[in-house]
Amino acid sequence: MALRAQTGPYFGDFGGRFVPESLIAALDELGEAYDLAKLDPGFGAELAELGRSYTGRPSIITEVPRFAAHAGGARVILKREDLNHTGSHKINNVLGQALLTKRIGKTRVIAETGAGQHGVATATAAALFGLDCVIYMGEVDTERQALNVARMRLLGAEVVAVKAGSRTLKDAINEAMRDWVTNVATTNYIFGTVAGPHPFPEMVRDFQKIIGEEARQQVLDLTGALPTAVAACVGGGSNAIGIFHAFLDDTDVALYGFEAGGEGVDTERHAATITRGRPGVLHGARSYLLQDDDGQTIESHSISAGLDYPGVGPEHSWLSAIGRATYRPVTDAAAMNALRLLTRTEGIIPAIESAHALAGTLELGRELGPDATILVNLSGRGDKDMDTAATYFELYDQENPK
Amino acid sequence: MRTAGPVIRRRNDEANGALIGYLPVGFPTLDESVEAAVALVENGVDVLELGLPYSDPVMDGPVIQAATQQALANGFRLTHGFEAVRRITERTDAPVLIMTYWNPVVQYGVDRFADDLAAAGGAGLITPDLIPDEAGEWIAAAERTGLDRVFLAAPTSSDARIRRAVDASRGFVYAVSTMGITGARTDVDQAARQLVARLSDAGAPASCVGLGISTAAQVAEVLEYADGAIVGSALVNALATGGVPAAGALAAELARGTRRE
Repeated sequence: MALRAQTGPYFGDFGGRFVPESLIAALDELGEAYDLAKLDPGFGAELAELGRSYTGRPSIITEVPRFAAHAGGARVILKREDLNHTGSHKINNVLGQALLTKRIGKTRVIAETGAGQHGVATATAAALFGLDCVIYMGEVDTERQALNVARMRLLGAEVVAVKAGSRTLKDAINEAMRDWVTNVATTNYIFGTVAGPHPFPEMVRDFQKIIGEEARQQVLDLTGALPTAVAACVGGGSNAIGIFHAFLDDTDVALYGFEAGGEGVDTERHAATITRGRPGVLHGARSYLLQDDDGQTIESHSISAGLDYPGVGPEHSWLSAIGRATYRPVTDAAAMNALRLLTRTEGIIPAIESAHALAGTLELGRELGPDATILVNLSGRGDKDMDTAATYFELYDQENPK
Repeated sequence: MRTAGPVIRRRNDEANGALIGYLPVGFPTLDESVEAAVALVENGVDVLELGLPYSDPVMDGPVIQAATQQALANGFRLTHGFEAVRRITERTDAPVLIMTYWNPVVQYGVDRFADDLAAAGGAGLITPDLIPDEAGEWIAAAERTGLDRVFLAAPTSSDARIRRAVDASRGFVYAVSTMGITGARTDVDQAARQLVARLSDAGAPASCVGLGISTAAQVAEVLEYADGAIVGSALVNALATGGVPAAGALAAELARGTRRE
């Protein structure tokens, strides 16, 4: 079977629905609504029109030769999801799930967010469709992404700072699931990544796969050939699966996912789930997971809030297990250097998440050599990261810190 | 083996039904959690449900979250769960079930977990985030060891899923009283009464209702139609605020709800 044809609930040994029985009816309802929507040309047309007239699709590709000079001379081509409305790939998925919410007749949406990009995208769709919206965000993340908290509130969403556990993305997901169990009659959970229980990994992937479908044709048009390699950062993995999916059956195209290596994968402070984790169950799916001997989730660390997650989507675990995609860690320092390099050489400020893919590409280009073409998913823009970057690079005036 | 079914049947013969009490292992300390569990049984709790603290408890409300987080911070290990079961079953006759999220069992090894629980004198497992569809390995291990396996049924469960929960469960089916998470509530939902009736129609030998029960009056109300009433957060709160004596006193009060008038 073609790899592209793989559907949930299982991707090899990974995936499933490890959730309280109270959520099964809602997951069934969502899955059935999605299966019907897939067959309905009207749904596809409505989503495509939103993509065109609201998100700004297709997003362009940009070749970046001055950056590529630092990557062993390989050609480097960026897929510009950073130019989407709301500033990242997250909007692709959110518009699809918001349309589904309307189809199943629910009036309230909830979402988790780490960096705030998925929360902003969800709050945006809620404003567009007139839905009530509550965003769960770990307290640690509300502090380091204060600008996005303000954006969500301006859009009319209620932002709940989650104080439980490690107060980051995983705890925000727990709290959103608790809300959903309690309010399932009125509420749809707009999940932000390709993790979680079935149907989320499959559905979110399907809403994101347009990235790779567009990029594959755009690279063919530009270069006359498929790229040598495709690179993306991986937290939960939605932008990566989005750009990988169109290439899964192009066996000559190498796929690379770059995980957050934090302060180094030999320290305790990283989020390199596939590199350093082992299979387990978290947030409704069996997948790779950072955990201790007793199966307690270990807190992840990354300078990038969007990658700071101890789990990963089950399809990535499967692609790693069958050897179709390769996952490597990139440290905070390497990502920040790549962020500055792209900014200085090309005038494009990437999100810190996407900078992990850029850092990985610098290394990959040197390995693959000057004949290679590397397609990189520039999944988000760096506006939200200015405070982190300014602190990291000491850009604030010393007398006037902010 | 000391399983839950016979005790629940006996309590429905001699009283209105069974009182099931929940406490997390290791809260506030391992020793005190054992003492508190013994105190519950001495004060009229018929079946014990011992929760294993877990980093990501999606079914639990603030009271149990706070308690289990403290237990983890104090160094809770899975082996403490088996130790607690052993120490409690040495001192009481009550069946002791473990309530655990699924990943710790997976990491310990499903068969090894079942063997060690049975060896400690445990009655079985309640698995809040494991549905029968995903439970093949556990169902086989429980079959082999004779342990109870308690699956959940919810007001939103379809008839087919109700049947599946009944068929997969041994001991009793855990009827989720209301859509939500653990924590005391003023009203235990009418949805529970309908759910228990549907479980009964599907052939459940025993249905016990949990989530939101915190008073003797609620226990009595639930036992009008169910075989058992499960109390968790209220007992944890009593233990947190008044120690073992307060947990025992609340158990004695709740047990009044099981008595026939």
